Amino acid sequence: MARIVAGVTSSHVPAIGAAIDNHQTEEPYWKRVFSGFEKSKEWMAKTKPDVCIVVYNDHASAFSVEIVPTFALGCAAEFPPADEGWGPRPVPVVKGHPQLAAHIAQSVILDEFDITVVNKMEVDHGLTVPMNLLFGSPKQWPCPVIPLAVNVVLYPPPTGHRCFMLGRAIRKAVESYPEDLRVVIFGTGGMSHQISGPRAGLINSKFDKAFLDNLTKDPKKLTRIPHLEYMREAGAEGIEMVMWLIMRGALDDKVEEVYRFYTVPASNTAVGHIILENRGRGSGFASRHKAPAKRKPAAGRLKRAAALAKAERIRG
Amino acid sequence: MAPAQHDYDDIPGTFVFDQERSRQGYGINMFCMSLMKDENRKAFKANEAEYLKKFNLTPEQTEAVLTRDYNRMLELGGNIYFTAKLGATDGHSFRHLAAEMTGSTQDDYANMMLAGGRSVEGNRSKSGKFANTAAKVAQAAKSAKAGRKPARKAAKAKARAKKSRSKRG
Repeated sequence: MARIVAGVTSSHVPAIGAAIDNHQTEEPYWKRVFSGFEKSKEWMAKTKPDVCIVVYNDHASAFSVEIVPTFALGCAAEFPPADEGWGPRPVPVVKGHPQLAAHIAQSVILDEFDITVVNKMEVDHGLTVPMNLLFGSPKQWPCPVIPLAVNVVLYPPPTGHRCFMLGRAIRKAVESYPEDLRVVIFGTGGMSHQISGPRAGLINSKFDKAFLDNLTKDPKKLTRIPHLEYMREAGAEGIEMVMWLIMRGALDDKVEEVYRFYTVPASNTAVGHIILENRGRGSGFASRHKAPAKRKPAAGRLKRAAALAKAERIRG
Repeated sequence: MAPAQHDYDDIPGTFVFDQERSRQGYGINMFCMSLMKDENRKAFKANEAEYLKKFNLTPEQTEAVLTRDYNRMLELGGNIYFTAKLGATDGHSFRHLAAEMTGSTQDDYANMMLAGGRSVEGNRSKSGKFANTAAKVAQAAKSAKAGRKPARKAAKAKARAKKSRSKRG
């Protein structure tokens, strides 16, 4: 059975990608940002997920204003880096996990999340920058990735509560997948920033820090933040933070915060990053810490899994 | 018909790219999107006004694009991720656009960011409705600490929790 073992959030500032691509990571301005991800890369190398689900937003690359899906799940076998006007970023093609993605699509739609299935899509800095921050710059990405593009460009984006509940549905989908896979889910974007209009440059560290605190301890509280408050307090583009709630919804209620990093600025943006581990049974982190198997699998879930296994046998 | 009013219209210096702006600005954004192709960039640069004719812009929108009035483009339905492509076509960095939109020099803008960015204090609302948010938050924290949460607020919170519970079910 597949499991979500941890969640990661990270800003996806395009200038971070440019700094990597132009070999400026050792410059003092950028070193301050990149040094905050050294431990995270070690953590990721140790965690070795089999699959990552990356929640991000497209920035007028794959989707223009012609079609604006609220939730678009990447079900393709691969996702090439998009040309954002300066040629595609020199990063590896992102390999998908079409089987798990198809399974998630099937499951969440029946759970009333009417997502858009995307079988052809290029991915921009919104997805590739967090990958770089957590995996470095390898020749090939170490695991398949399922992109989940969320509209946060055209107002209104989905509400925080909706995002959180989608996370729940994704978790349920992952847990009903028969293969043993360890999955890490990313929430990207944020934190406070505004890049448009006369108020551009807005940063609100107080808001950001409270958001990070509650992301660990009290995410339900965050699901009640109205869009107006994100835009007013964290900048028009700070509303991207709703995407982090998809990540959080996919985790246990109680999680272990194993790492946090926050710095201002990277270009126009406050950079926030957090790593949260599930400590329940089967998470793979349980062995390191005491985590009694409190929750017995519900009878219904067992039945479903058995039925699924049977169906697989018949199909196979 | 006057345009509908929204709660976010009260945020100063901000043009929220909402459904109405998206409708109005479709041409601007599709024009900007066309600049992703090199041959289109060249055609635009060769004769800007002529090239723009393909996109059914209003005279105001055309004027805003030709004069590179980035705030006006946003106001008339452009979105920053799209208009940034026009900036890139002109060979400008994003900092140049930010300086233009905020009415500062690039150095001043960069220094403001290095110093922690634009403060939210004094930048929450045009009407002043949220000017004292910080003070209110402090006040609420204080009364919560002392266990004197206003009864009306507590009841409201309870009702809200109940509502969201039933929604989830």
